[in-house]
Parts: sequence; C-alpha cells; structure tokens
Amino acid sequence: MYHQMVHFAGTWGLGLLALLFGIAVIYALWPANREKFRRMAALPLEDEEEPISDKEARP
Amino acid sequence: MTMNEATPRTQGLNASAMGVIAAFVAGAFWSLYTAIHAYDAPMRFHALLFTAFFVIGIAQVAAFRPPADRSQYNVKIVKYGVVASVFWGIAAFLVGVLIAFQLAFPALNFDTSFLNFGRLRPLHTSAAIFAFGGNVLIATSFWVVQRTSRARLAGEIAPWFVFWGYNLFIVIAGTGYLMGVTQSKEYAEPEWYADLWLTIVWVVYLLVFLGTLARRREPHIYVANWFYLAFIVTIAMLHLGNNVALPVSLFSSKSVIAYAGAQDALIQWWYGHNAVGFFLTAGFLGIMYYFVPKRAERPVYSYRLSIIHFWALIFLYIWAGPHHLHYTALPMWAQTLGATFSVMLWMPSWGGMLNGLLTLKGAWDKLRTDPVIRMLVVSVAFYGMSTFEGPVMSMHWVNGLSHYTDWTIGHVHSGALGWVGFVSFGALYCLAPWVFRRKQLYSLVLVEWHFWIATLGILLYITAMWVSGIMQGLMWRSYDALGFLEYSFAETVVRMHPYYVIRATGGVLFLIGALIMAWNIYMTARGRVRSGEPEVLAAPAGMAI
Amino acid sequence: MAKLSHEKIEKNSILLLVLILVVVSIGGLVEIVPLFWMKSSIEKVEGMRPYTPLELMGRDIYIREGCYVCHSQMIRSLRSEVDRYGHYSLAAESMYDHPFQWGSKRTGPDLARVGGKYSDEWHRLHLADPRSVVPESVMPGYPFLAETPLDARHIRERLEADRAVGVPYSEEMIAHADEDLRAQLAPGGDTDGLIARYGDKVQVRDFDGNPKMVSELDALIAYLQMLGTLVDTKSFKANEQDNDR
Repeated sequence: MYHQMVHFAGTWGLGLLALLFGIAVIYALWPANREKFRRMAALPLEDEEEPISDKEARP
Repeated sequence: MTMNEATPRTQGLNASAMGVIAAFVAGAFWSLYTAIHAYDAPMRFHALLFTAFFVIGIAQVAAFRPPADRSQYNVKIVKYGVVASVFWGIAAFLVGVLIAFQLAFPALNFDTSFLNFGRLRPLHTSAAIFAFGGNVLIATSFWVVQRTSRARLAGEIAPWFVFWGYNLFIVIAGTGYLMGVTQSKEYAEPEWYADLWLTIVWVVYLLVFLGTLARRREPHIYVANWFYLAFIVTIAMLHLGNNVALPVSLFSSKSVIAYAGAQDALIQWWYGHNAVGFFLTAGFLGIMYYFVPKRAERPVYSYRLSIIHFWALIFLYIWAGPHHLHYTALPMWAQTLGATFSVMLWMPSWGGMLNGLLTLKGAWDKLRTDPVIRMLVVSVAFYGMSTFEGPVMSMHWVNGLSHYTDWTIGHVHSGALGWVGFVSFGALYCLAPWVFRRKQLYSLVLVEWHFWIATLGILLYITAMWVSGIMQGLMWRSYDALGFLEYSFAETVVRMHPYYVIRATGGVLFLIGALIMAWNIYMTARGRVRSGEPEVLAAPAGMAI
Repeated sequence: MAKLSHEKIEKNSILLLVLILVVVSIGGLVEIVPLFWMKSSIEKVEGMRPYTPLELMGRDIYIREGCYVCHSQMIRSLRSEVDRYGHYSLAAESMYDHPFQWGSKRTGPDLARVGGKYSDEWHRLHLADPRSVVPESVMPGYPFLAETPLDARHIRERLEADRAVGVPYSEEMIAHADEDLRAQLAPGGDTDGLIARYGDKVQVRDFDGNPKMVSELDALIAYLQMLGTLVDTKSFKANEQDNDR
C-alpha cells in the first residue's frame, strides 16, 4: 500500500500538476486575453476616489 | 426614492446585528462558565479575556450605526489596520531585540519563567509574522480589494469582527506564550481554543474578501487579489491541517496533537514552510502587485508574467516543506521531492522579482527621489536574494551544514526584515496619508532616515548570522588528526558571542527605524508637515503628481 | 440580464478559490498521506513504550518552557552527528510523541539521547544555574522548577487524551496513573505495579533530591533521563527494507 501510494504520487500526481500548470500558461499567453491584461496592468493607477455605486452596478 | 433601497438594507443590517449579538451572548456565557471551571490559571485568564471581548462586542454591535453614505470606500477599517500594524511591528522588533541580547548575555533571562528565551522566542516570531504581518495583510487586502474592485468592502460589522477578532487572537496567543501555553509546533504554537477562534475569524475574513470581489464591476479579478485569495485560502487549509488536536478537557489549556512523530514532523513543516510561502510570500506579493505600480505610477511590467508567476508559485511552494527535515527519520523520497521543488521554486520567485523591479521601467529616477519607492524596490531585491538563498539551502549537501545553525536564522531574517518588513513599511507609508486623508506624509526625510538605518541593521544582522552559522556548522563537523571531533559543543557556543552582539545591534537599528516610522505616521495623522520638506516629492501617490 | 452576468462574475471568484485549493492540496496529500502507511513510523520497535505518567508530565514542562526552541531531538544520519550524539534517531523512537519534538535549531546540543549521559545532580545544578556546570552556556536558568509543586491533578485525563490519539495506554495504566507517578519517585516503595505496566527499565528514584515534594524538576529530570534509552540501537537493523531511509 505504502509503495503504491508513493508510486501514484510520483506519476499521476505530478502529471496532473503539470497539466494544470500548462492550462495556466496557455491562459496567460492566449492572444484574445492580451487587451484585457493590458488594461489590468494599469488598474492600480486608475482607481478613483469613489467606488462605482451600487446603483450603477446593481439596478 | 432611496427609501425603497435603504429600508431593506438597514433591516438586513439589523438582522445580522441581532445574530452577532446572540452569538456573542452565547460566547460570553460559555467563556464565563469555562473561567469558573478552568483547570489552570492561563485558561481562566484567557476565558475571562474572551468574556470581556464578548461583552464589549455586544455593546459595540448594539450601538453600531453604519455610515450614512455607503457608496464610499470603507477607509476607517484600513486606518485601524495601519495603526495596529505599526504598534505590533514595534512590539515584535522590541521582543526580537530582547531575545537577541539574551543569547549574547544570558543573565537577561532573569531566571524567571515568563521572561525566558524559550517563551519569548515564540512571542517574537508570532508577533512579527502574525501580529505585524497579519495586520498589514488584513489592512492592505481590505484597501486593495476595494480599490481594484471599485466597490465598498462587503459587510459593515463583519470587517470589524475580523479586525478585532484577529487582534484578540494575537493577544490570546501572546499572553499564552508568556504563561507557558504552547503546542510547541513552530509558528503554530497557540493552543486549541485560540486555533478555533482564529478559524472563525478567518472564515469571516474570507467571506468579506469574496463578498467584495463579488461586487466588482470588472469581470477579471486583478492579480493582487489572486495572491491575497491564495493566502487566505491556503492558510486556512494549513491551519486546519496542522492543528488537529484533542484538548485534555474543554476546561484545560493543554491539548495533544492528533499526529505523532514522523507524520507530525512532516505535517508541521508542510505547514511551517507554507506559512512562509503563503503568509509571508503570496500575501505580500499581493502588496507588491498593487503598491509598486501605484507608487511608481507605472503599469505592471508584464501582466502575463504575473499570472504565470502566481500559478507557478503556488504549484511549487506547497511541495517544499520536507527540506526542513533532511537526513532525519523522514523517508528519503519525501526529502528529495522537497529539495527538488525548492530548487524549481527559484524560477517563479525570480520571475516575480523581475516583474516587480521592471515595473519601474521608465521611472528609475524615482529610486533617487522617493525613499518610499526605494523601500518597496529594495524589499523586492531582498525577496530575490532570500529566494535564491532558500533553494541553495534546501539542497542536501548545503543543508547538512546549514541546518540547526544560525545560517537559517539569517536566511529567515533577510526575508522577514528585508522583504516582508520593507514592503510593509512601503505600503504603510503609502497608506498613511490616504487613510488619514492628508495631502502628504509628515516627512520624506524621515523615511530616508528609516530606510538607511534599517538597511544597515539588516546587513549587520544577516552577515553576522552567515558567519556564525557557517562557522558553527563547520566546527560541529570538524575532526582532528586522530579522527576525533575537534570541538565540544560548548566551545562552539563561546565563538558565537561576538556575532550575537552584532546581530542584536542590527536589531536595535531596525527597531529605531520602525520608531522613526511610528513618529512619522503619528505626525501625518495629526495633519502636520515637517518644515523644509521638499515640495515636489510630497505629492502622495494616491493623486497624480 | 444584469443579474445573470453578476452571478457569473461571482462564480468566477469561487472558481478561482476552488482552483487554488486543488493546486495547493495535491502537494500536501501526495507527500503526507503515504506516511500514514509507512511501516517504520507506525510499527513498534523493540523497547518502545508509552511515557510513564511522571515522564509525560516532564515532557509537558519541556514543551511549556520552549526547550525545543534551542534543543533538537533528532540526530541526523551524518557521521559527525552520530559521533557526537550517538546512533541516528529512528522514526519509531518518536512514534508516541504528540507532538513531535525534533526541533529546528541547535543553540544548545541535541537531546535525543541525553538520557543517562549526566547524573541527576548535574541536571539539578544545570537547570537551576547552567553556568555553574557549563561556564560557556547561554541557557536560561530555571531555578523555579525545584520550588514549584508538580500539578498532576488531571494526569488521568492527560493519559486518556494521549490514548485517544493513538498512544497505547491500557485501562490499567490510566487507572493507576496517580500511584505510578508517585511510585517512580519512591525507590523504597512499592514499584511492582509501575514495573509491570511500563517495564523493568523504568528509572525509579527521587530525581530532584528533595523527597519532601513532588516538584516540576522531578518530572523534567525523569523525562530527560529516559530520552533515547528505550530502544537498543545496537540490535536495530537499519538496512531492513521496510525502513525506507
């Protein structure tokens, strides 16, 4: 049992992590996201003194 | 017109206030009952502290009137957080200086129970990490999540419960150490009842954070909030996983940990290392990704890199714990796994460091003119340095020498003083004029003094620990010509003395820097501006220069 | 319409939360779970027994005073450590330790095998004033231990708690916890029960040299003097496959 668990961890566990990480990288590099990321990069500079009120956000 | 809207909201608040009061009444009775039946004096004292908290809490909630205009950001909670951060920072550094001197001059233990090194050291580490670091993280996360979501903080009572509840946890933990109440699991020393209380506070913290994110307008969640969220969620998981314990009695301050021996060791360092990874790294990277671009007035250098940085960091960090247990009775495969992931961790760490540093592209002159941005940038540089040193120390052949020595202490402090300390100071200097609604800091010249005094302190500290750590490690393994160990343990202790004095001196300098900061922030709060301050530098980053 | 899109956004942050949780869970599960099946940490090695009530109280004082902050109890499998401190520590030697006391820093020396290295008298002097016997020491003094009576009122519950998390204390051990605690301090008295329950290697004597009081010092020295003495490391075969280290 112990050796099976170690084996499982070393193969499937690591494989799953690699897969998930690949998805994250693809998301980061996906061309359609480029414009969004450009906007987000400047977000800290654009925060205004007032929040957007609930009235605007939630009719 | 607004009646339709206001009425249900006020009613909602009333209902939740009633709920909180009911819970506090129950808590007050329970804690009073516990105080009466307590097995030991610390439990009685802590139960009474809880009672006081609940009673004051009931009065406060009953009298609580939410601000009339709830279309504004909740700035007051951040203001309290700034004050608490400065207070606990000084407390943590002060205890650190005391225990540093205790190692150089053991008479300073005074032969007492509550002032000896064994009890004060957890007080120092918890005060630095959880009291100072935790309050900085809560304050900045409440600021950042509101600003980047363009929404007021969720809840009115809940954020205050998080603030006061968390600080009660700090007081319970700290006074507990002084009275000898400890689980002896490093950085998780508080006993079972403090752990349970922190769990409740933490769940509310998570809900406030998620609730604010849910109100945001922008579909994408800004990356600083990813780091904060990973910090909150993972710390919850680690806290619950590591602290599974059975109290001797509900009236006893003593508990036993569910795990034993090797399992407990691995779970402890799974927790311990990831407390560094997710409390002291992920959380403070959230600070970096908001305050560095904000203060530099430049967009994040590469947002793509920040996303890859995020996932790579949390993927890899969680595996690194076993490097605290090299050559021990932990199986070799787990040690190797820990070391391998620790070395890989170097890459995302430096990716994040470069992203922080390069955000200053085109604004490098600010390093010269603005001591606050310099503090932030130097913190990132220290992050880079300690995340390079860490993987090196996680390799078996280095760890064989460095483990159990002061080198580890030096490594921790290059991260704690250089990275966590400086990035926190930078954020506090940004926040102070914003939360006290002042045009500018009292004095940038004093920030300059703080920066240089503290930097000198850090350099003294870490170089002393490098020398003493490596020297001690070498002496422990040194053999004479006949094949016998060359030095007795006591001989190595003597040789530490000058370095312990240098280290303590470095700590004093760091403390002086923090006292200068406290004065600066206090005068800022009073709305004063030091005469002779350079005008052009004085514009706060909150407003365009 | 607007409500729908808002709901979707809310789910985004939950999605992010779930993804984070999945990612950070895997590493821990993969590394930790197998240990619960590892033979060397769950199978008894010849000589291992639960702590006697007195030793357990001493261990609680060791924890209370934060001794683990400066003293490790984990001899690594390196030549210089084995030469200095004795046989490297085995996983099984801490199998009844809730929590473990391996430590992380050696401001003072390792204590995993300190039992029997020094006399009780040495420990008494050393704990009261470390520099009286080791002039170079930077250890704090603990003179109050000798003057503080041991609070063992809840010793049975203490043993029961340990049993609940897996330490094999028998009904008998729990029922006789009080008398076993006292019996270990009284060499002339009736120690048959204590020895029947914990074995004939249990050290029985008045550890603090003060027969008038059961002090915290009694308990702490009893604990220190048994550290590392339970397993006969000479008969232990390190290369047996199941030990995996």
